Amino acid sequence: MTTPSPPALEVRNISLAFKGVKAISDLSFEVAPREICALIGPNGAGKSSLLNILNGVYVPNSGEIIFEGEHFHRMQPLEAARRGIGRGFQNNALFSGMSVADNVIAGLSRHARATLLEEALLLPRARAETRRFRERAHEVLGLFNLEHHAETIVATLPYGVQKKVELARAIVAAPRLLLLDEPLAGMNAAEKQEIADIIATLNRELKLTIVLIEHDIGIVLKLAHHVVVLDYGRKLADGAPDGIRDNPEVIAAYLGGDKVEIAA
Amino acid sequence: MSEIELRLTGGIGEGVSTRKLTGIAVAALVVSLPFLATEYWINAIIVPFLILSLAGVGLNLLTGYAGQLSLGAGAFMMVGAYATFAFQLRLPELPLPFALIASGIVAGAVGFAFGFPSTRIKGFYLIVSTLAAQFFFEWLFLKFPWFYNGDPSATISLPAGLWAFGIDLNSPHGRYYLTLASVALLTWLSYNLVRSQTGRNWMAIRDMDTAAAVIGVPILRAKLQAFAVSSFILGIAGALWAFGYLGSASVQSFGLTRSYQILFIIIIGGMGTIRGAYLGAAFVSLLPLALDWLFQQLLGGHADAGLLQNIQKVIFGILILWFLIKEPEGLARLLRRQSGNFNTRRFPRLKIRRQT
Repeated sequence: MTTPSPPALEVRNISLAFKGVKAISDLSFEVAPREICALIGPNGAGKSSLLNILNGVYVPNSGEIIFEGEHFHRMQPLEAARRGIGRGFQNNALFSGMSVADNVIAGLSRHARATLLEEALLLPRARAETRRFRERAHEVLGLFNLEHHAETIVATLPYGVQKKVELARAIVAAPRLLLLDEPLAGMNAAEKQEIADIIATLNRELKLTIVLIEHDIGIVLKLAHHVVVLDYGRKLADGAPDGIRDNPEVIAAYLGGDKVEIAA
Repeated sequence: MSEIELRLTGGIGEGVSTRKLTGIAVAALVVSLPFLATEYWINAIIVPFLILSLAGVGLNLLTGYAGQLSLGAGAFMMVGAYATFAFQLRLPELPLPFALIASGIVAGAVGFAFGFPSTRIKGFYLIVSTLAAQFFFEWLFLKFPWFYNGDPSATISLPAGLWAFGIDLNSPHGRYYLTLASVALLTWLSYNLVRSQTGRNWMAIRDMDTAAAVIGVPILRAKLQAFAVSSFILGIAGALWAFGYLGSASVQSFGLTRSYQILFIIIIGGMGTIRGAYLGAAFVSLLPLALDWLFQQLLGGHADAGLLQNIQKVIFGILILWFLIKEPEGLARLLRRQSGNFNTRRFPRLKIRRQT
């Protein structure tokens, strides 16, 4: 895929091994600004590991990440968050003992300025901040129609709702790049469509660059502008959804030999 | 056919006013308590209960909210007590309330330092670090006479007694009001803190630390803050324990047993709740008294007192075990369920349709 502007994210020659077992080998690809880039591939292809490298949970053995023109050999989780890389996890990584609103507000931590003493004494700045964070959280929860759940303890909610809360938490701090690990996993068809629509809206309205992992090929090929196929830690294919659909190597390795039918 | 609706609580407006009234009633009771209870009750039961509650609040911030397991509560209380002694002895111009705050800050700094291992290790391994604090300070405060001013029995007591701004607080009433004011103020500050962004950071680390880091929670800073604030409160609780309750104290007053006691208080009362510390403290300070009374009634001097004490401890232990199996999330949770608060907050109102 040719990119008119410099890429938002570039992964360059990244390799990662766990105790000698190669998870990712010499992987390079680019993500253009404001595109939805889907990473697909069988389990163990290294997709989640790559997302973990992108926001600093894993340290690659070699290679570098170029995010908005800056080079990183390793990212730190806090640094990644500070630079505007948001993240949704594969198995919900919500703060189970906290309310929905508190989970989302926790995503605003890097914008917090009030000191401990101001918070303990309820000084004006702390109070204003709390109010502002709460308003912002409700605004984001509104995108997902979750306002009525705001004060519910998150662990008591159904899985599908929790997935939405996680997405809300990931975008509350207005990230520039959003990494989503199987945002549609474990949902029924209607819920999948709803989340896919929300992701498309976020991409379109908030001009958010999104890198997502998803196994539902039908939805991926409709949603994504750009698809990167991984297999055993190597890049198998990289391009527009149409090209991926017709790529014989991809069909053989991943799609199981059958051409996937997608409504135009 | 009839429909019966079970309402677990009253309407919202009604609930608020009831709550307000309860609050005023409790405040009135608490302030007038010295005139209602005997001196024995104030001295031997209510003051220690309040101080243990405060210590529970302090440890709960670290363990219940931030999820950092600690067996060093006794050590941080000890630091607070010895620091208060040092300030009162060597800087008598500093009024007692300020000495207490300064001692809290000293204890907080110590907690901050012993919190550093938590940035690398967690869970059971972290216990080792806090245990190290426990043993280190027991050794330190015995080893150097400077800390107990060369007292032959190595105990500390305030040279001038309890005075604040010219008010004599040495009477049972004075001790009670000093304790009450400190405990109420620090509980209020803790309550504000756990509902702030700092509190959310702590709970996020407790519930899922990897995710917390990735969404931008400053893990390192938040953990160290939890250690410092928790130790600040424990330090003041320790000073109150030494001089408000005991009168004179030694390192034995803050041994490992004390650390366990504070940990039990928050486990029994409820991790991650402020009121859990109070409930837990009530449990550990009132249950032995109740058992004592019961034994007196049943056996009244016919059995060996030492044996009775040991039997009491066994019963106390069994009760804790039984209780934790029945309600692992502590008294606070149990109470919330009893009052129906739990259901109204988390689930829709219970509706039962019945055919007649």
